Amino acid sequence: MYAYDAFDHAFVRERANEFREQVARRIAGELTEDEFKPLRLMNGLYLQLHAYMLRVAIPYGTLSSRQMRRLAHIARRWDRGYGHFTTRQNIQFNWPKLVDTPDILDSLAEVEMHAIQTSGNCIRNVTADPFSGAAADEIEDSRVWAEIIRQWATLHPEFTFLPRKFKIAVTGAESDRTAVKFHDIGLRMRRNTEGETGFEVIVGGGQGRTPIVGTTIRAFLPKRHLLSYLEAVLRTYNLLGRRDNLYKARIKILLAETGVEAFTEAVEAEWERIRDGALTLPEEEIRRIEAHFAPPLLAAAGPDPAHVAAKLEHRDFAAWCRSNLFPHRVPGHAIVTISLKTPGGIPGDATAAQMDAVADLADRFSHGEIRVTHEQNLVLADVRETDLFALWQGLGEAGLASANIGLISDIIACPGLDYCNLANARAIPVAQRISRHFSDPALAEEIGPITLNISGCINACGHHHAGHIGILGVDKHGEEFYQITLGGAADDDAAVGRILGPSVPYDGVVEAIDTIIQTYRSIRETDERFIDTVRRTGINPFKEALYGDR
Amino acid sequence: MAKPKLQVLTANRLSDGTVVYLDAHEHWVEDLAAAEVARTETDAGRLVRLGDAAVRDRLVVGPYLFAVDPKADRIRPVSQREHIRALGPTAGTDLLDTHLGA
Repeated sequence: MYAYDAFDHAFVRERANEFREQVARRIAGELTEDEFKPLRLMNGLYLQLHAYMLRVAIPYGTLSSRQMRRLAHIARRWDRGYGHFTTRQNIQFNWPKLVDTPDILDSLAEVEMHAIQTSGNCIRNVTADPFSGAAADEIEDSRVWAEIIRQWATLHPEFTFLPRKFKIAVTGAESDRTAVKFHDIGLRMRRNTEGETGFEVIVGGGQGRTPIVGTTIRAFLPKRHLLSYLEAVLRTYNLLGRRDNLYKARIKILLAETGVEAFTEAVEAEWERIRDGALTLPEEEIRRIEAHFAPPLLAAAGPDPAHVAAKLEHRDFAAWCRSNLFPHRVPGHAIVTISLKTPGGIPGDATAAQMDAVADLADRFSHGEIRVTHEQNLVLADVRETDLFALWQGLGEAGLASANIGLISDIIACPGLDYCNLANARAIPVAQRISRHFSDPALAEEIGPITLNISGCINACGHHHAGHIGILGVDKHGEEFYQITLGGAADDDAAVGRILGPSVPYDGVVEAIDTIIQTYRSIRETDERFIDTVRRTGINPFKEALYGDR
Repeated sequence: MAKPKLQVLTANRLSDGTVVYLDAHEHWVEDLAAAEVARTETDAGRLVRLGDAAVRDRLVVGPYLFAVDPKADRIRPVSQREHIRALGPTAGTDLLDTHLGA
């Protein structure tokens, strides 16, 4: 993984020192809250319902075991013993004290971490494929490009005060695991007819109150031009994007208002002007960054009889292997997704003890590296098949062996009204009720692949628009109600879900979801996934089942 | 005649973000039950002015009034948001740990 050089170390330390001074000036009364707020947000510090919240960047979702242990240490020493992994591959601490945050940032800097660009109208943490470097279907490691973008974007003077926040995703594989079409810019690795690799550039995707699937504005961009093209897109947005209305300020609105053709022409014209300038990526620089992400040396191996025997002997292990393992590029290895979705638990939360346990298991079984997924789970990317049983046992001891990846209890949920200042309704308890209701592993497997995403407000941090089943919390005269959508998808066939009907009260959500699932089970064709049934039948059968003649 | 609107002044403490309420002795307290309830607009205006002064004194951030139920036998927020602010998250990993005795 990327290792800081002297410049990076000095920069992050200086930034932490600067924030220490800013906090001191705030406490001393030299800064008002209005003056201090943009400064703390530039360092990831929000003020939420109950306390401050510190959002720590996990660049493209990659952590070393040492960094994970440091997060556990922070959780214990300065928070309440846990952290919350987010839908943007970051981690949030819900209870830090303002006076402690300079020490926390110092502690993070010691392990090459920070909280920069986790808030504000800047280019945020770049999303990358959590299976990067390991996936069998990979063209190139997306983290290389995410790191190149990070270096270009960090404190980019032109893009520090954009009209709104700006999110970029990079995927280097055949299958999209980054929700690339729901980002302001999505970069998808492609091969051209000459076999050269480059990027499809997708612009204007996003969720929030105006969900839009991104549009391809360039089918193939040679890699050396990545930064100049991004600069052209950002510059066009920065010049033309609206600043008069918070809700109309994202690039997706600009694209819709100007039209794809006119927007693309503006980008291409700017790019022509700058394309062969200082931002052209030298081959040696690409090689230098690639070297940081050199894959571990793995010896290919044939099927392991002991692994097969363990699956036969332990049904729970076999179920975990079916749902939590993904094909690795090297035979005899697997990519392991660790579920942070224990039925009845809080999606994305991990205790300090669990973080330490994952760090230990990463050291033992996966070259000391951990990934965070936008679905709020963790990944050990390079595990030998012969180690899977021991890993599963270790995860079980830490309460992390849930066999439910991609199943109905693998719910994405934002913090909602339990923590968030913007939320209208709770999301976590709804997720807990649903995951408890569907906690029978056999039932979950019988239902099959499905995504269920919950947001506590229209800002859609829980990605409800992109869930096969989406649940949006709304406030109706001070009471929590939930709007249900069907047919959303975040993958290659990205789509925005359709609203099923009137919202249901808090106590009616589980029953409503159960009705939807029962309807699916009664009308699906053989081996038909939930999303395929919804696409085949439309939402009407579900609507009729849920609302009858209403 | 319209029923009187009962309100409490709340804020977050500057140093640690903790939810606090203004009591009748002009102290910021963490227990909603100890908060002063403004029963008139005049009282509410006085609380707002005290809140503004506490901001200037760097004690709290973002003070505001919220409505409490006039029919309740104790101080009971009308909105779910203020219920949760007063009592803490309804579900949390720290609560789970406590429950499990960890």
